[in-house]
Amino acid sequence: MNGFDWLYFFEVSLAGIGAGGLYALTGLAFVIIYKATRVVNLAIGEMLMLSAYIFFAFTAGMQLPAWAAIALTVAASALLGAGFERLLIRPMLGESPISTFMVTVGLASILVGVVELVWTADPRRLPEFMPGGAVMIGQAFVAPKVFYAFLVTAVLIALVLGVFRFWRGGVALRATASDQAAAYSMGIDVPKVFSLSWTLAAAIAAVAGILVGAIGGISSSMGVFGLSVLVVVIVGGLDSIVGALVGGLLIGLIESWAAAYLGGEYKLLATFCVLVLILLVRPYGLFGTHEIERL
Amino acid sequence: MRIGSAKDSYAADQALFDSRTQWAWVGVLTVSLVVFPFVAGDYWLYLACLVAINIASACGLNILTGYTGLVSLGQAAFMGLGAYTVAVLENRLGTPFLLNLLAGGGVAMLGGVLVGLPSLRVKGLYLAIATIAASVLAHFLFANLTITGGAAGLSVPPAEFFGVALDTSFRLYWLIVPVTALLLIGAANLFRTRIGRAFIAIRDRDISAEVLGIPLLRYKLLSFAVSSFYAGLAGGMWAYFFRVVTPESFPLIMSIFFLAAIIVGGMGTILGSILGAVFMTLVPEVLKLVVGWLPLANATLVLSPVRTIVFGALIVGFLLFEPHGLAEVWRRTRRFFHLWPFRT
Repeated sequence: MNGFDWLYFFEVSLAGIGAGGLYALTGLAFVIIYKATRVVNLAIGEMLMLSAYIFFAFTAGMQLPAWAAIALTVAASALLGAGFERLLIRPMLGESPISTFMVTVGLASILVGVVELVWTADPRRLPEFMPGGAVMIGQAFVAPKVFYAFLVTAVLIALVLGVFRFWRGGVALRATASDQAAAYSMGIDVPKVFSLSWTLAAAIAAVAGILVGAIGGISSSMGVFGLSVLVVVIVGGLDSIVGALVGGLLIGLIESWAAAYLGGEYKLLATFCVLVLILLVRPYGLFGTHEIERL
Repeated sequence: MRIGSAKDSYAADQALFDSRTQWAWVGVLTVSLVVFPFVAGDYWLYLACLVAINIASACGLNILTGYTGLVSLGQAAFMGLGAYTVAVLENRLGTPFLLNLLAGGGVAMLGGVLVGLPSLRVKGLYLAIATIAASVLAHFLFANLTITGGAAGLSVPPAEFFGVALDTSFRLYWLIVPVTALLLIGAANLFRTRIGRAFIAIRDRDISAEVLGIPLLRYKLLSFAVSSFYAGLAGGMWAYFFRVVTPESFPLIMSIFFLAAIIVGGMGTILGSILGAVFMTLVPEVLKLVVGWLPLANATLVLSPVRTIVFGALIVGFLLFEPHGLAEVWRRTRRFFHLWPFRT
């Protein structure tokens, strides 16, 4: 290890953890939907993108202050999430999971089209709203945006975990996830839980979208972010919250290392190689439940 | 009025086309396919070739996804394998084009078997995402190997048939349409054999199929092999048609396009692959016309997003309102005419 630049490695790793936090957050939104409704939502990246553009409209278009724009964006996205569930996902109840999956693929395409129609396909920059001073951890430099995004992400994840643990709605969500029929018979309004999960996930995706947009700018191809998130949740296990968090950080680190030491084009390749490895060794992800099938 | 049709032998019951009327229509179709290139303009020939290529690939995907129940988002990657094989062979060795096409199919087939290997351990969406991984890997290989020409890609010399260069849509039509027709007949016949029936059994319930004595891994791999062979041939024809192959030619959205085509057409029917591919290929052209008519200032700017929206809306709309696709619509229409004047 002669000449190995530990400081550089440390900085790269920190950046990876910063990106991983965003993956974890979006993965969380994904897992909430999957846990409650068994829907694999391929449109999560596009929902995130739409939120970023809504935020863009509020700040750059209507000149609102950042805090108001964030609140409005989260509210609007939550509303949209509930709408998607009601209009597109609810009618698919009882259909095969693949069909529902394809509905979300269609939704993703519609969202991309709408965004391009309204804001054109050109990339934009979000107005600055985070403190800009350089952040040093030890001797390592961390981009301020990445640092603050990670802080927000960590707080939000803690909040969501708390909600799951203590709030009645969160308990209902967990109950529905573990056994739908039993939840029904205990008086839980399962359709309401479905729409709650989409609302919650859309709100989380909104925050993730604003943060991702603030760091890297926004464009209609931001949905590619969702592809990495898909890898994150598969690696962690589709129905595991812990899995999403661990998987997010893991994929963030691996992408960051691959980009730093091999080159940017290896980023996606490295994540998907990890995905294939995990699928071969543990088909249901690191923390996912292994479903046992009987005739 | 033609209600029902009496069959008095197993052979009659198993026939691909079971009535005289159907044979007559097959004849009409064949004649019109032969006459078409002589009466149609260049634009229509171009579309016809494109549609035929897409039909071949959609049919392959339908064998895998519609009949065997294995969702794949890697069809475009397999097409890419076929296209690159054809391009490399044509550039390096100059072998005859039929051989190149078959080699393209073969290479894609190998790729398909490789991707299908995890299919025994993972299924459903895990498998779908594993096939996304395959297409990412394929894209990386196309972009970074020296033999594939890197990001610039390869240009393909026209196919030659006894000294005649197949370089116009008119000439390529005679290559692409017959190959596609052969592939379609092959697929239709596949599902009259034990292999095809095993595929259907696996789709309906793979565990029961295994209990019934169908070796799952072998048949799942076989399904992947057949499907990617179709994709490889389609990719090879694609390479001869567009004459240039780049890593960006076969993006993930193309795989989604084929999945959408078989959803719109009808999963698990040969007719569905045809109708779906025709419909999905022609919709953008129709949109181009419609957007052109509309009194818009920046029509070309609007076209691409509108196309994306319509693409998504078609997937969602068909899944919500007509889950069995256009093939089902066609079946209903046929039934109506069979039973007329009675109500269906």
